Amino acid sequence: MIRKTLGEKVFDVFNYIFLTALALSCVLPFIHMLAISFSSSAAATQGRVGLWPVEFTLSSYRFAFQRPDFIRSFGITLERVILGWAVNMFLVIITAYPLSKTKQVFKGRTLIAWFFAFTMFVGGGLIPTYMVVTSTGLKNTIWALIIPGAVPIYHMVILLNFFRQIPKEIEESALMDGARQNRILWQIYVPLSIPALATLTVYTVVGHWNEWFSGMIYMDDSKNYPLQTYLQSIITTPDFSLFDTTQIELLKKISNKTFRAAQIMIVTMPVLLIYPFMQKYFISGMTLGSLKG
Amino acid sequence: MSGCLEGFSLGKVEKKKKSWKTDKSFYLMVLPGMILVAIYYYGPLVGWALAFQRYDITKGLFGSQYVGWDNFKYLFTKYPGFWQVIRNTLSISIAKMIVNFAFPIIVSLLLNEIKIERYKKSLQTMMYLPHFLSWVVISGLLIDILSPTDGIINNILKALGVKPVYFLGSPSIFPATMVVSDAWKVFGFSTILYMAALTSIDPQLYEAAIIDGASRFKRCWHITIPGIVSIMVLSGILSLGNLLNAGFDQIFNLYNPAVYSTGDVLDTFTYRIGFKNFQYDMATAVGIVKSCVSLLLVSTSYFMAYKFADYRIF
Repeated sequence: MIRKTLGEKVFDVFNYIFLTALALSCVLPFIHMLAISFSSSAAATQGRVGLWPVEFTLSSYRFAFQRPDFIRSFGITLERVILGWAVNMFLVIITAYPLSKTKQVFKGRTLIAWFFAFTMFVGGGLIPTYMVVTSTGLKNTIWALIIPGAVPIYHMVILLNFFRQIPKEIEESALMDGARQNRILWQIYVPLSIPALATLTVYTVVGHWNEWFSGMIYMDDSKNYPLQTYLQSIITTPDFSLFDTTQIELLKKISNKTFRAAQIMIVTMPVLLIYPFMQKYFISGMTLGSLKG
Repeated sequence: MSGCLEGFSLGKVEKKKKSWKTDKSFYLMVLPGMILVAIYYYGPLVGWALAFQRYDITKGLFGSQYVGWDNFKYLFTKYPGFWQVIRNTLSISIAKMIVNFAFPIIVSLLLNEIKIERYKKSLQTMMYLPHFLSWVVISGLLIDILSPTDGIINNILKALGVKPVYFLGSPSIFPATMVVSDAWKVFGFSTILYMAALTSIDPQLYEAAIIDGASRFKRCWHITIPGIVSIMVLSGILSLGNLLNAGFDQIFNLYNPAVYSTGDVLDTFTYRIGFKNFQYDMATAVGIVKSCVSLLLVSTSYFMAYKFADYRIF
């Protein structure tokens, strides 16, 4: 090993400090928020909370979980994530498979592939899309959050490219044994694509969990809001007027600030908890989609 | 390849029959997806007719009166604030494009200089985090942290003797807040691509360069950067397609009437004239203008990506 010059040592020190600070900047705000959510309202509003709770209390969380609309929106989000995941994955699999074949095997392939790909170039726009969703009767139903985006084209492209890497000989031998395409897909291609499907699952689940805009425009009643839409509505219009008298006692112990922090943390927590486990899938999805030859 | 094999081994007639059989199951598989895409992606294109009508909710799409290009003319000549919105959109998105291109590259190159593998990995793990959370969550966070009265950043500034900064309430600072917070949210995740490209550089190149006496900076300049230049070109080109997307989720959740003059962009503008003012026809016209320009930009960028970086969608 060659000895480092002074300049290189100075660079190293600055490099370590700079990158560490940058990385901490990505994490500390969440820790700060967590600390606020566990702090007393007085400490929070006076700005005395840093990265550790001051005058520790759970009242904000208790208050959040006592609000029926919060619980309801949590349920709607769970329903959305599960249904949305199932629909997305099924459609992505059955659509990507035929399109992964060559023109010789599936004649309509190129035309149909462009039928899908074209939507990546032109969108109908906000109002026309809204009107189609409304006129197909999805408004105010959970399906408004699932059906319009039921075929994620980008995911389809990722899976299609993954299917292509599977050796053709496997399919050929299955065909010789008399298997039909349906069976080849579900019993050979799908099991062989578990890594790619896991990646898409992570993308889909986090996508549905985080999405808020469709809930806002397709639900007339805030009772039907999924969690992120509910959170969005309280962030933009914090509303304390709707509370009943039993909640007033609790209200004294919390403030707008701690209450909001608690709700933000509840919405964030599931992602934070599974984050270490799903990280590698996120990364592989990024490289799967972009680094192909 | 089974089709080709069959083609060689079977007679013409039999081949045709067989291929139609497999073809049929393929068509059946793509059919549900095609129907949904036809309705929810192509259906709205029919709704573009709205932009050429004086839309009347009671009469609907098929009963309203057609007015030709009037809505577009009104938009470009008279609609209050339209050109301001175009200016805001372009300035915010171009600034984001430059920062989001350069910053991840710089961070990747610096990360590459960290030789303690485990430390590098943990730094990266921390940097990815904001990307996984929605703009709703991040906005809630930023509103608190950036608050001029009790936000932690302004508390720090106050302690240093600086006057409080209205990050989200001052028209002159709001766009910069958008650019910086967006860069902060995405930079870690964008480094993934570059880090993947960096690991594929042949270590022997570095060894040879060290023996030849190349300094660390020279090794970076002559080996590392050429090693990732194709990814740089690709991501740079593909980002051009997003010129008119200044980031709806972010701006919608962070802006307020006080900063409309510099923070209102095409998508938030469309939302407001559509859902707040119920001018469906005008909102659709704005959408069409945006869609057409974007089509041009996206197809140009894909064509360039294909030409210069050999990138294909399929």
